[in-house]
Amino acid sequence: MPETASHQLVNLSDMRVEIKKIIRGYQGEEGILIKIIQDIQSMFDHVPEKAVDILCNEMDLDPVRIYGILTFYGQFRLSPPGKHTMTVCQGTACHVMGSKKISEYVERKLSTSPGSTTSDGLFTLEKVACMGCCGIAPVVVVDHEIRGHQSIGEVDHLMKEIRERERD
Amino acid sequence: MSASVGTRVLICMGTSGLAAGADRVLETFIRELARRNDEKTVQKKIIFKSVGDRGIFRDTLVDVLETGRERIRYDRITPGKVSRIVEEHLLGGIPVADYLAGDIYEKFFRGQSRRVLANCGEIDPESLDEYIENGGYEGLNRILNELCPDEVTEIIKESGIRGRGGAGFPTGLKWAFAAKKDSPEKYIICNADEGDPGAFMDRSVLEGDPFAVLEGMSIAGYATGASQGYVYVRAEYPLAIQRLKKAIETAYDRKYLGPDIMERGFSFDISIREGAGAFVCGEETSLIRSIEGERGMPRPRPPYPANKGLFGKPTVINNVETLANIPIIIRHGSDYFQTVGKERSTGTKVFALAGKVKNTGLVEVPMGTTIREVIFGPGGGMLSPRSGFKAVQMGGPSGGCLPMDCLDTSIDYESITETGAIMGSGGMIVMDESTCMVDIARYFIGFTASESCGKCPPCREGLTKMLHILDSIVEGKGSRSDITELERLALLIKKTALCGLGNTAPNPVLTTLKYFPEEYNIHVTEKRCPAHVCPALIKYRIMKENCSKCGLCRKACPVNAIQWERGNYATIDLKKCIQCRSCIEVCDFSAIE
Repeated sequence: MPETASHQLVNLSDMRVEIKKIIRGYQGEEGILIKIIQDIQSMFDHVPEKAVDILCNEMDLDPVRIYGILTFYGQFRLSPPGKHTMTVCQGTACHVMGSKKISEYVERKLSTSPGSTTSDGLFTLEKVACMGCCGIAPVVVVDHEIRGHQSIGEVDHLMKEIRERERD
Repeated sequence: MSASVGTRVLICMGTSGLAAGADRVLETFIRELARRNDEKTVQKKIIFKSVGDRGIFRDTLVDVLETGRERIRYDRITPGKVSRIVEEHLLGGIPVADYLAGDIYEKFFRGQSRRVLANCGEIDPESLDEYIENGGYEGLNRILNELCPDEVTEIIKESGIRGRGGAGFPTGLKWAFAAKKDSPEKYIICNADEGDPGAFMDRSVLEGDPFAVLEGMSIAGYATGASQGYVYVRAEYPLAIQRLKKAIETAYDRKYLGPDIMERGFSFDISIREGAGAFVCGEETSLIRSIEGERGMPRPRPPYPANKGLFGKPTVINNVETLANIPIIIRHGSDYFQTVGKERSTGTKVFALAGKVKNTGLVEVPMGTTIREVIFGPGGGMLSPRSGFKAVQMGGPSGGCLPMDCLDTSIDYESITETGAIMGSGGMIVMDESTCMVDIARYFIGFTASESCGKCPPCREGLTKMLHILDSIVEGKGSRSDITELERLALLIKKTALCGLGNTAPNPVLTTLKYFPEEYNIHVTEKRCPAHVCPALIKYRIMKENCSKCGLCRKACPVNAIQWERGNYATIDLKKCIQCRSCIEVCDFSAIE
């Protein structure tokens, strides 16, 4: 998968080239649309409206088909995420071990809700049903790094640390 | 292989191991050895192997294997402990007694019957050679050389294995249906969309022994006449996907996948499809729609996938654990498989044990073991001595909460279903007295209501209605008639919903109503939450008659809302209090109401 960051691909024709490349990579495979959209999301960190237009054009699809998928599956984002992503696992074990108070605390502290980004663009809160790390509940995932046995204190410390790092 | 000479150090590096810092432990080992790069170190021929999670969560597990010497197991290893192991054990030859995995570790594995998990935490999951050394691909080799497809299906039927994903349909029968269909194209799908919150068996198997799943799929392909397989795996499992990809690549390179496998004329391909975050896609007809590149919405069955599945072709859908059992059955025979288990539930079952239990992790036990034996055997009993057992949740959002009285229930499909829970995929979450059963029911309905695909009204509207009722109960606004209505809706949805999600979603409510009716009653009549969980029903007031003036609550409060001085009662400033329950959880004397 090409590892190009979103900001480097502002140009529409570049975007078209990249998307065409993705489509070509799957030529001949049946039912590959979701995979193509997943690749687009990992390239741009979200699925830009323009990318949907290009995809429709290249694959001769109605936009409704793409948006139907984008809104059905929890994985897809229609706007770019913040600089750091944070997820408080909502799994059963995490719930029993007290994840709710952590997620409520984080939401209050960041004044945002799951699926949204803080106004300074620093954090995006994401929602996950379960990370499958129930043995180390409650679990918090920060920028894809899984942290087990979390508490409000630890999460608070982590958020402060990230903020300070970003300020420097 | 050079495995028999020198010293092998195994480090458990599945998702859980990595979360505990296993990668930093490995780095430190390598750095420490490099630092001592003298002749003695080189002579020792120390090999490090990253293996999958073994199932017990005790931070980083490190095992040292030396030829002719007893295997040494360490647990809770941190980078700081590495240098002593290197100095005293790897180079000095004397194990570090302080770090040895003790009783708890030993008890966790005693009483287990590890077949599916046998390789997890023991072999390098990315090494095909190690898989083969441990009996891998013997099964596929045997069938390609000795058996016709029908004979393979017959063995699976005889073994009595039933689907490990939840419903418990006989696997051999499923295969036979698909095998009978005359179609040039058929498909095998591995359902690795382990969406049940609280379940992680499939993740661990994919991370720890991916070739077993590939071999199981290939055998299924041969038996049913399919030449294409798909693994549908959750996007939330990046490490499992990565290991699976690597395993598939290796299998192709070494001709265990692709055209003319083992030069026996059988061809089989496997591709990965990543789920995109929809719980309903664990339901087989939804999963099929998702692989086809559509919204993952279910359709009524029949036709069953074995007749008309992926792209309209006959399709077998098996769960990860089921498929990982297949090579074992073929290798050792159906009789061996039945040496453990019960008459109608043969073999073993893997459970993901978590929650308020001392040892959390993956436990594989013979079918027929009791729930109590799992929780108080490998699980080591309750986490806190202060808070006793209250319930165990089995089967995730489709399952139920079982009370103390059900602890001696035998783990088999029929007995578990009789209680109102289901075997499910194997999530087992232990709850103590600090868990509110109404809150748990609300939690599950909240989950299924938001994951309902919206196609059928009973599930879409009914679960939302149930959620509203539960919301009002936990907020202290419920009445007795709400409980009656809740039950009526639950039974109605169970009967009328289109797919498995809706049919089973009311189970958490029905079981909590059945086993913990008094807890609902107290919520609606006394407007009280006995477990002190429901925020609207907690006053955050210190009860002086119980307060021991210990000050633990002040320490626990994250927002400094509690005043306390030595020798005085604590007081809570309600203006500052964020109602997070931290104080209630630490209070040993139930002094906060």
